[in-house]
Amino acid sequence: MRLQSTLKIAFRALRRNKLRSALTALGIIIGVAAVIAMVGIGSGAKAQVEAQIASLGQNVILVFSGSMTSSGIRTGWGGAGTLKVEDAEAIRREVPGVNAVSEEVRSNSQIAAGNQNWFTQVLGESPDYFDIRQWPLAEGAPFTDQDVRSANKVCVIGRTTATQIFGNSDPIGQILRIKNVPFTVTGVLTSKGLSAQGPDQDDVVIMPYTSAMKRVAGGTTLRNINVQVADPQDLAPAQQQIIGLLRQRHNIREGRDDDFTVRNQEEIAQTATATADVMAGLLFAIAVVSLVVGGIGIMNIMLVSVTERTREIGTRMAVGAHSKDILTQFLIEAVSLSSIGGIIGILLGIGASKLLAILKSWPSLISPASIVVAFLVSSAVGVFFGFYPARQASRLDPIDALRYE
Amino acid sequence: MSTNGSAVVQLVDVHKAYGSGQNLVHAVRGVSLTIQCGEFVALMGSSGSGKSTLMNILGALDRPTSGSYLLDGNDVSNLSRDQLADIRNSKLGFVFQSFNLLPRTSARENVELPLLYGKRQLPNHELNERANKVLSAVGLQGREDHHPSQLSGGQQQRVAIARALINDPEVLLADEPTGNLDSRTSIEIMGIFQELNDRGITIVMVTHEPDIAQFARRNVVMRDGVMQSDRAVEQRLFASQELAKAKTIEEVAVVGG
Repeated sequence: MRLQSTLKIAFRALRRNKLRSALTALGIIIGVAAVIAMVGIGSGAKAQVEAQIASLGQNVILVFSGSMTSSGIRTGWGGAGTLKVEDAEAIRREVPGVNAVSEEVRSNSQIAAGNQNWFTQVLGESPDYFDIRQWPLAEGAPFTDQDVRSANKVCVIGRTTATQIFGNSDPIGQILRIKNVPFTVTGVLTSKGLSAQGPDQDDVVIMPYTSAMKRVAGGTTLRNINVQVADPQDLAPAQQQIIGLLRQRHNIREGRDDDFTVRNQEEIAQTATATADVMAGLLFAIAVVSLVVGGIGIMNIMLVSVTERTREIGTRMAVGAHSKDILTQFLIEAVSLSSIGGIIGILLGIGASKLLAILKSWPSLISPASIVVAFLVSSAVGVFFGFYPARQASRLDPIDALRYE
Repeated sequence: MSTNGSAVVQLVDVHKAYGSGQNLVHAVRGVSLTIQCGEFVALMGSSGSGKSTLMNILGALDRPTSGSYLLDGNDVSNLSRDQLADIRNSKLGFVFQSFNLLPRTSARENVELPLLYGKRQLPNHELNERANKVLSAVGLQGREDHHPSQLSGGQQQRVAIARALINDPEVLLADEPTGNLDSRTSIEIMGIFQELNDRGITIVMVTHEPDIAQFARRNVVMRDGVMQSDRAVEQRLFASQELAKAKTIEEVAVVGG
């Protein structure tokens, strides 16, 4: 009805006080820019952690050998050697929904080729491992089930290991000596980067687990078993069945603790993202505080403005403005300041997080939802902090207002 | 075309009291006043005489405690705040002692102000057209885009008069319109009032300067809340003649000097 006129009136009033309008909006600009940048960085960090967790593979269940207590000294997971190759085979055979199983043996060893040597992690796995980890080869071929059965002296190497040992020459077909056993390199893995915990995942040698047991690590037990199910819905039932199966195989009586640990990827992800969530929450709290401060700035300026413009309000009332017109005018002024500040703040926030991404290589992820929420919140701040001054203005008596000095 | 005989303002036994109990102040104690269409009334009186209170009632800024106020035949003494605002917008025009223009706002936008609060929504070009028309009627063509700070006191008061005229009011109310102006500019403003009055516009003006009141057709004097006198102006001054006289005196001064 009269809204169009009132909009015109409010914008004319804002235009009359350009500097003050700009300074008032600045509070909101900084607040919103902080929200956008902080939330962007927070969710960027979270997304990075999640991507790293996902790089462990999809729908993966990890079965760890239990720890061992010997003369009061406890080894870590996998130390007890309670998992046998037969356990892995039983899982492969008996648990429905399982589509890949990899027996894992781990050791660290000095490796050498030609005149180069390097200390790295040696993993024994089954060929399924590359599917489970979604880790294709860049060059060459993986080892096969036949290599596992025969405990052949073959291996694939990670990108870092390849560079350290072979430099720029082609590693395929070369001989790698591990504990003085010559292994033929059949393939080089694609680069996977750092893991969620930090270590370089590409600094690795992977060979058939049988070869690792026999020729590198010694022993006949597994550190852990990597299990992948086809359907995410099978994850929980499969986990329960694995526990039941292993308890039965290990003859663990009712009421006694497991001598192994089963974790699925969800649980690992939750632990890792919890930190990122706390971080994001903290950043968000700081940003909200700055928005509130911006809102109080608007309220302050609007109150000053109402006092300073008392005569103007009187004049407007004298020429026919209703109380509601004055209320709407001041509300629109406050909301315009806060939402224009919000828009500029959003742009600045996006710019700031992009700049941080470039300069500090902090990942940032700005979702459309956070932009919409930031805009709505900044408008709401205008309504909330603008209402009181606007009501003060609308309640002025025209006679007093006209005579106000 | 002067008076046509129909009453535009009719106050009947109007009282106005402020405060309560011991602090009760009777500002107006029973004023009855009829103003015909086309009149030019100067409302006079010392401070505390109740003339400002009466003016507020006439301007529909305030409601009488008792008595009735008929504006253009309609009783407006018991209307709500918003209804009074609509009456002020459509039927009354205000001119103030201190002009009350919006700062840092062009003369045109100042004049458009009452139209923005009107019942009808006008497009921008029509707003500008009407504002330009009244501005040229008060002799300000070419200054439509000037801000108040770029205008002299007399010019600012002309902008205020243009603003008061833009909605074709029944009555133009002026509260000490020359109070902040020098004598020559005051006469110029009176010239505009007389011109408007000659075109049929009813004017009620509060002033404490007797010589300014001489430009009106009728003088009403208030004292202690009641009307002390109400008479037609006998030796009416005409702005055009006064300005010509002033010019001659200046010329004599220049020649003599």
